[in-house]
Amino acid sequence: MKTMGKFGRYGGCYVSELLMPVLRKVEKAFLEFKDDRGFKAELSGLLKNFAGRPTPLTELKNLSCEIGCRLVLKREDLLHGGAHKTNNVIGQALLAKRMGRTELIAETGAGQHGAATAMAGALFKIPVKIFMGEKDIERQASNVQRMKLFGAEIIAVSSGSKSLKDAINEALRYFTARSATAYYLFGTVAGPHPFPSIVAHFQQIIGEEARYQCLERFGKLPHTVCACIGGGSNAIGIFRAFLKDKKVRLVGAEAGGLGLRSGKHGAALCRGRPGSLHGSFSYCLQDFDGQIQEAHSISAGLDYPGVGPEHSALKDAGSAQYVAVTDRKALAAFFRLSKTEGIIPALESAHALAAAFDMAKELKSDDIMLVNLSGRGDKDLDHIMSSPNHHA
Amino acid sequence: MLKNTYREVCEKKGKPLFIPFVVLGDPDKCKTFEIIRTLIQSGADALELGLPFSDPPADGPVIQAADTRALRSGIRVDDCFDILKEIRASTDIPIGLLVYFNLVLQRGIGKFYSDCQKSGVSSVLIADLPLEHAGEVLPEASKHSIAPVFLISELTDEKRLEKICKVAGGYLYIVSYLGVTGLADSVFENKIKMVIKRARKYSDLPLFVGFGINTVKQAKMAGRCGADGVIVGSRIVREIPDTERIKKTCRMFSKVFCT
Ligand SMILES: Cc1ncc(COP(=O)(O)O)c(C=O)c1O
Repeated sequence: MKTMGKFGRYGGCYVSELLMPVLRKVEKAFLEFKDDRGFKAELSGLLKNFAGRPTPLTELKNLSCEIGCRLVLKREDLLHGGAHKTNNVIGQALLAKRMGRTELIAETGAGQHGAATAMAGALFKIPVKIFMGEKDIERQASNVQRMKLFGAEIIAVSSGSKSLKDAINEALRYFTARSATAYYLFGTVAGPHPFPSIVAHFQQIIGEEARYQCLERFGKLPHTVCACIGGGSNAIGIFRAFLKDKKVRLVGAEAGGLGLRSGKHGAALCRGRPGSLHGSFSYCLQDFDGQIQEAHSISAGLDYPGVGPEHSALKDAGSAQYVAVTDRKALAAFFRLSKTEGIIPALESAHALAAAFDMAKELKSDDIMLVNLSGRGDKDLDHIMSSPNHHA
Repeated sequence: MLKNTYREVCEKKGKPLFIPFVVLGDPDKCKTFEIIRTLIQSGADALELGLPFSDPPADGPVIQAADTRALRSGIRVDDCFDILKEIRASTDIPIGLLVYFNLVLQRGIGKFYSDCQKSGVSSVLIADLPLEHAGEVLPEASKHSIAPVFLISELTDEKRLEKICKVAGGYLYIVSYLGVTGLADSVFENKIKMVIKRARKYSDLPLFVGFGINTVKQAKMAGRCGADGVIVGSRIVREIPDTERIKKTCRMFSKVFCT
């Protein structure tokens, strides 16, 4: 490896020796192509003409009035595929194609990343296998249908807790056995090096656009930038462009589930300890011995006991702050945005919104609160409307 | 009890070793003793034991199910060290531990290796710690006389192999299952032969073949290729908790290499 993908003391490549040869190949290809003119041209062409970049910034007049500051959304929900995941899958599938790989594999929890990868597989004509926990297959029927429509094969994972973390374990196993031909298209900024760096690279366009759009439209930088944290890819995507702007406050919203004290949440940064999970050293939810605990969230995309190592480094350095948002508050934000502005947010993104609502009183009426609306909420309707305590 | 080194056992036996693998605490603390005693009585020349971990991507589904059973029974890392101590009190054969890095980290690297030494462990293989990160544990391993075991396979190129051999101790673990996926026996045999030949160039440690040894035929083949031992995991773990069947399975394998 050229580097070990360290973010401060976090990151690294804690995987079986058997995976090292292929991860080195992926790293080499990434370093070779990321600044390659032809690669960049093909990528930006696809992002523009297939995916619909740049995505707009929307100032929410109604809500701004209610909360007392200027609330602005970065509209990743309008990206083709319905979430920021598209930025990552197009970038990595292009990389896999350049590497001559003949199969894409991916893990998925909610099915968002699985559907995005399946979409990229269709676009690039590369066969796709999606590893998904049995429990999630049951919970996420519509995304399973989407994946099948794109022609992907779905591998049901019945080991462990039968959810996202087990899907990752299974995909890592398969990748080890097929490391000569397969490309593991990792879905977030977690996992072993080089994935945290690769995914961040393909997602940072969110912040680059948003910062430029903000300056151009409003003539100033936002006071606060807020994003939800599952593995942390949409958050890193928007944070990176603002890291040098010391005055801009960066806030990550983790899944608070039923409340931090309930033990049923997905708040790795707020409540976890540093440890090694799925190949990187980062904050994660674990018991005293180091056994990984299951996460809990109403939003399947935030239902992960770990978090990307770059966030762990940002937290320790004080460069970003992290808060937890409960299921209840996220749901309330989901309904509020839909009713007040005519935009249905993904439940994941609703966590970022809820955090923004909470912080609004600290801002002056002219300050900008920029929220990364990482995805649209159509996928969540069935789940929300069928849950007993929704208050639509 | 005093413990023999892998090399001593290999030299004394003069034939490949049979090394069964099970997970500590599977299916529970009480039964695991009975199972491990059965292994020892049924011809094990050494033991490879796993610390149960919630997320073991380097293991297959059978071993993961064993991890899950052990953890469900409430087993803790402290219990595992107690079990190890008790086993060591009754046998002098080498005992290797297979662990995942987070369990080592959370215990504290120094304390982990010190506990290994106190419990009579011979070697530790950290399944998710590749060469690049090995420096994080090697000083403590050496301080506590625990042999650091490394995995190699047909995908390990010579440059990397040479580096691994410089720091490896105990034995080298040759992973065979990469070759198993849908390959003819002869291809499998050639791959193992190739890896063994390469490894011999850089190391005089015993070479054990494991991951995917499921049949007596495969074990024989590994022996023919020049392996100093075979590690049999899933094939035995599958029989847990039936000690009679474990005994039968072990005898079947140990007979292949009996003196
Ligand atoms: C819309 C949306 N936002 C956020 C996430 C969380 O992932 P990350 O933290 O990597 O952005 C997901 C994951 O499925 C998602 O679908």
